[in-house]
Amino acid sequence: MSSRRSRQSSSSRISDDQITDLVSKLRQHLPEIRDRRRSDKVPASKVLQETCNHIKNLHQEVDNLSERLSQLLSTIDPDSPEAAIIRSLI
Amino acid sequence: MKNPQRSPTNPGSLRSRFTQVFLQSLLRIRKHNPTSSSSSSHGEFLKRCRRVKVAAYVSMARAVGTRRAWSRATLWRARNGERQRNLLYGRCSKSNSRERSLGKRKRKKKKKKKRDNEEHSFGHAKKLQKLVPGGEAMDFCCLLDETAHYIKCLITQVKVMRSIADFYSL
Repeated sequence: MSSRRSRQSSSSRISDDQITDLVSKLRQHLPEIRDRRRSDKVPASKVLQETCNHIKNLHQEVDNLSERLSQLLSTIDPDSPEAAIIRSLI
Repeated sequence: MKNPQRSPTNPGSLRSRFTQVFLQSLLRIRKHNPTSSSSSSHGEFLKRCRRVKVAAYVSMARAVGTRRAWSRATLWRARNGERQRNLLYGRCSKSNSRERSLGKRKRKKKKKKKRDNEEHSFGHAKKLQKLVPGGEAMDFCCLLDETAHYIKCLITQVKVMRSIADFYSL
């Protein structure tokens, strides 16, 4: 029945074109898929899966880096670091 | 992807805004949790770790501002003092619009039909909703759009955090 469609988002049915556009935008950020030659044939579900994995990996990296930073926190000299770091990073 | 390390970039860029806010947060954490490395207990260490982690996400959300739904969700959660873990992983235990946006779909194994691509996408989109802050309230298009921006910001966040950690490891 068409009851499933009526439960979709309040606006009209999302077109495939819109999805394709957004998915290709996501693809730009995923190194694994970007490097593949036949990038046109990657299905949306695969892209979403890779996106989820990528986000999980990034969260994990943030975890590890937070741990490292909190260990190093005691070594931070409060007086001069800010300006120096910002200059070197930016 | 270029990585301009020493060349001056836009001082108002996301990267520099995040760096400033995050460094301020780090100094604040250090001030409120003054411990020497050897005498602090493991529990204290974990607390500090969590604070640094939350500070990183909140700093990035503040650098982005309120123009993105995911950053608004992060800032809202931080202000409302929900459990830190929910903030970090975008989990919202009792969200009102939890599944309404993408429709209530049970995960059924379907044969390959024309709609299959879309429904596969919705299955994965549920997982994505949980990973992106504020994702539960977004429809599919917004979710993809916000996700792209969120990933870009996460990558910047990781790079800056790594630079700071490397800087102090020397």
